Amino acid sequence: MRTGVVYTETVIYSAPEAFMKDAPYQTVIVSLNGGGRVTGRVIGERVAIDERVAEVAERDGVPYFRKALA
Amino acid sequence: LVNRAAIRFCCAKRYGITAALERPESACIEAAPRYVVDNEAMRPVAVVAVGKTPFGAFPDRGLLSLAVEAGGNCLGNARLLPAQVQSFYLGNFAGPSFAGQNHLAPYVSMALGIRDVPSTRIEAACASGGSAFFHAWAEVAAGIQDVVMVVGVEKMTSQPTPRVSEILAGAGDCSGEMRAGNTFASLFAMIARRHMHMFGTRREHLAAVAVKNHANGALNPMAHMRKVITIEQALNGKPIADPLTLYDCSLVSDGAAAVILAPLERAAEFTDKPVRVLGVAQASDYVALERKEDITTFPAVRRAAAQAYRMAGVEAAEIQLAELHDCFTIAEIVATEDLGFAKRGEGGPYAFAGCTALGGARPVNAGGGLKSKGHPVGATGVAQICDLVMQLRGEAGAIQVPRHSLGLAQNLGGSGATAVVSILGAV
Repeated sequence: MRTGVVYTETVIYSAPEAFMKDAPYQTVIVSLNGGGRVTGRVIGERVAIDERVAEVAERDGVPYFRKALA
Repeated sequence: LVNRAAIRFCCAKRYGITAALERPESACIEAAPRYVVDNEAMRPVAVVAVGKTPFGAFPDRGLLSLAVEAGGNCLGNARLLPAQVQSFYLGNFAGPSFAGQNHLAPYVSMALGIRDVPSTRIEAACASGGSAFFHAWAEVAAGIQDVVMVVGVEKMTSQPTPRVSEILAGAGDCSGEMRAGNTFASLFAMIARRHMHMFGTRREHLAAVAVKNHANGALNPMAHMRKVITIEQALNGKPIADPLTLYDCSLVSDGAAAVILAPLERAAEFTDKPVRVLGVAQASDYVALERKEDITTFPAVRRAAAQAYRMAGVEAAEIQLAELHDCFTIAEIVATEDLGFAKRGEGGPYAFAGCTALGGARPVNAGGGLKSKGHPVGATGVAQICDLVMQLRGEAGAIQVPRHSLGLAQNLGGSGATAVVSILGAV
């Protein structure tokens, strides 16, 4: 699975219709270690810019990231 | 005659506007404009009429009724009959989704009594109105038609907020960022986070933009929300997407706006108060935010601005007032940087210091902006032109700025995939 660093993030409280049941939830843009960026969701502990994350799942084409252990 | 106009257009395209080399991906920020416009090949163009509806939530008004009111007001603002309009552009983002009606351009133009002429809808997300204005200008400047009308309209409040968010999300990358659960508020929240991280921009800076635009909107009888707010209120608003609160977000509004363009040499036939279009340019970028190298700046705005400044022969420092696309407070801050009003990274303190206030050195969004005046998406870019024209004519009433001979409008689509920058000057 892919790993990278948080480029930016937000926690969404006001969600679109399809995601209302998930709110609040965190989305991120991750700068991947192999290059390029990808937009995904965060599972578990909230993450901040420059923190390391690892992809733990993919659902419906969306990557889910978790804070990486130091 | 048709052939001559067509040939003139081809010549203008071929010789007047010459495409420069593709910019390298990495040099996007300070890159030279992609097109060099030869002013000699273009006819000077003037705005000869403006008209609007108030912005707001109007449960008993449909899209057509709003568009016809703005168009009618506009025709009444000039010595012009509908039959004299030779081409029609409609700026509209999502009429089919919001109002269940497609084929909107002739739907509106025929209702205005503008018959038989080319009638074209332009969709470029929140820059639909600005883009429609740009295309209308190009048609007049190239000599294809003399009298061209632009109407921008959006009817949004008939849908509940979560559905509105979903429809607006269609202006983002629906196979990536939006599928992950983002909204436009969350994309701009991510821009704000990065801007804060890189430049030390604070939530108080964002709040200052909201407070200023609410104060201006309170003076504007055409504004959707005429309510003064405090910094504390803005900071403690309902969270939407961190760090943005309700007060950082523009409004969901109904409304329409219209302008009519004509060659400057014929402007006196239609009005005693023409306003000159000195420069206008449109540029584009990736739709997906993640594809941008640096999300704290909008390269499309920088490119469009560079071209519009060059066409107008003016510099950023000379602009006296501006209508900027404050879909979110951070967007106004970034716009002031991209347009060269503030240095890069200093847009926050620039707003906080009051430079953009009604009594400041260069008032921004004197009428309240998208934040307070309202943001009926397809109408916004056209309404910016209307408001600028009113200011340049000295007809803006309670929101009139003191120095008003050179103004700029900046209209942004999505998270920066379309940008239109227009520079207008009093004649």
